[in-house]
Amino acid sequence: MSALVGLVVTLPLLSAVVALGVRQRSTLRDIVTIGTLAAGSAMSIALLVHVEANGTVVVRSGGWSPELGITLVADMFAVLVLAVAMVTITLVEVFSVGQRRSSVGADPTVVGPMLLILTAGVALSILTGDLFTLFVAFELMLVASYVLLTHQGRAGQVRSGMTYVVINLFASTLFLFGVAFVYASTGTVNFALLAERVPELATELRWGIGLWFLVVFGTKAAMFPLFSWLPDSYPTAPTTITAVFAGLLTKIGVYVMIRFHTLLGMDDLGPVILVISGLTMIIGVLGALAQDDMKRILAFHIVSQIGYMLLGLGLFTVAGVAGAIVFVVHQIPVKTVLFLIAAMVETDRGSSALSKLGGLISQRPWLAAGFALPALSLAGLPPFSGFVAKLALVDAAVASSSTVIVVVALVGSVLTLLSMVKIWSGVFWGPATEDPLPEPKGWPLMGRAAGVGTVLTLAIAVVAGPLWDASERAATELLEGDPYVSQVLDEVADEPTEPAGPAAPTEPAEGGDADG
Amino acid sequence: MNGYLVLAVGAITAIGVYLVTSRVLSRIVLGFALLGHAVVLGLITAGGRAGDAPLADRLDGARPADPLPQALSLTAIVISFGLTLFLLALARRQHQLSGDDLVEDDIEDRRIARLDDGDEAAHDTGTGAT
Repeated sequence: MSALVGLVVTLPLLSAVVALGVRQRSTLRDIVTIGTLAAGSAMSIALLVHVEANGTVVVRSGGWSPELGITLVADMFAVLVLAVAMVTITLVEVFSVGQRRSSVGADPTVVGPMLLILTAGVALSILTGDLFTLFVAFELMLVASYVLLTHQGRAGQVRSGMTYVVINLFASTLFLFGVAFVYASTGTVNFALLAERVPELATELRWGIGLWFLVVFGTKAAMFPLFSWLPDSYPTAPTTITAVFAGLLTKIGVYVMIRFHTLLGMDDLGPVILVISGLTMIIGVLGALAQDDMKRILAFHIVSQIGYMLLGLGLFTVAGVAGAIVFVVHQIPVKTVLFLIAAMVETDRGSSALSKLGGLISQRPWLAAGFALPALSLAGLPPFSGFVAKLALVDAAVASSSTVIVVVALVGSVLTLLSMVKIWSGVFWGPATEDPLPEPKGWPLMGRAAGVGTVLTLAIAVVAGPLWDASERAATELLEGDPYVSQVLDEVADEPTEPAGPAAPTEPAEGGDADG
Repeated sequence: MNGYLVLAVGAITAIGVYLVTSRVLSRIVLGFALLGHAVVLGLITAGGRAGDAPLADRLDGARPADPLPQALSLTAIVISFGLTLFLLALARRQHQLSGDDLVEDDIEDRRIARLDDGDEAAHDTGTGAT
């Protein structure tokens, strides 16, 4: 099983090179890309099953000890998110192959290879066991996203791409400074070692590290007030690409935030995160209501939904974090499918502006259904997955008697429903604005990919019970910390490696009192 | 010695941040180059006291420097080099498209500017400061 953990990261990277090599031969390139992503999905599902049955898998690349080498950790939280993410990326790639036939899609010679690199970055961010590899994984993911966002070189894309690249680069710089701070104060960047050493630091130092990384990950996750780059840049990318970004990138930000802040015992930051989460929910959804373009409405919703995930984290209880995990798992496919539907509308009508669309329900009833189901799920209506996720969060918040945030979350949900209704009435309802058009080329394939995604969102509601159990287990692992730490550091105790060696950080800078 | 390094990190960071807040992309590139250096210095400072080269076959002497921050720095340098090139490519593309390399306001900013000041102001902010 440990081979699979490494392969999920390396296979997409290697295939990306192959796919770049054969980029002009469309069939071969598509086979390589889709084959790799399908294999990645299969491997991550196998990992999910394995970890569910046998517990965490720890891989030490090159056999180095966790203090020095790169450790990959596939715990319950990691494999849950990994499996959903992989399946979702695969669907998007299939969709983009379909969309290409209608000749409005993004440049296929770029999309396939770059999606593979993005996949490797996503997988590495999820599986990594140390802070610096996380930085590298983020860069991998972001570089691929820079290229995907700007590769068509249109004026709007270059404009928003600049903002996107500059803000993300700045966040990455802050990330590296954070790594330096953490290393100076603890003498390690490994999560397991940090989980042991950070709680022993002085309170101010812990607050400093916690807030610093809240800003770093919060910028990637687009939380309030660091979200302003997102609604501007995402909608300018080709819509299929936006679907991947919307489904994955910000969620990875939240994922690492949950991992970092729970494992390192940053419970003190709870109230701060709760306030931010409430503001993120409301301001995101208000921004959505003010828009008149389907893609921009959905982009603001990404921000709003991040607030719900932060809510679960901010509670710092097992129920809260488990709720946040369910929410992440539910959001990845739902958000992606909604953007895929927007891409289909755009392919069909050449626009996603509400004012130019209308009455699609009579001409494309399946498309309307494909939008309505995930949209209702996003708003959190029963019996969809969004309801399960929001119920879990609200339940957890009530249990920790944080009533204010419950009210805010429910108001946010109502406003979400309102803006989904706005898209519905603007795009699908009412009299048709145009005569029926023939189906664009590639329509059936796009429809099937989006359809499978919709089914996936419904399936999450069906398996809500087992999913909740798994999330609860993941949350317990994260909050308790001990099992994670002992599993990662386990073999160190077994094999008597020299603990320091020439390399070990015996003197981590002047202030490193915790490590000694 | 560490104290001076920390001061240097602070100074370089300040200049870098100042440059990054500019609207001219070529200045932003320079700003990020400086910030990259500041971060590398920061990482090295985090590694503690300077020492002998941490090479496996020359360890008889004594106090090797901590090699981990050095490895991290190397990785960081490579990444920031690649990203600098990407930013330059973006700047060039913007130059092709508009004749300058200014970062422009986003759609929302322009819309608000239009609401606020009428047509003239919207026109000005739309293309960035000139």
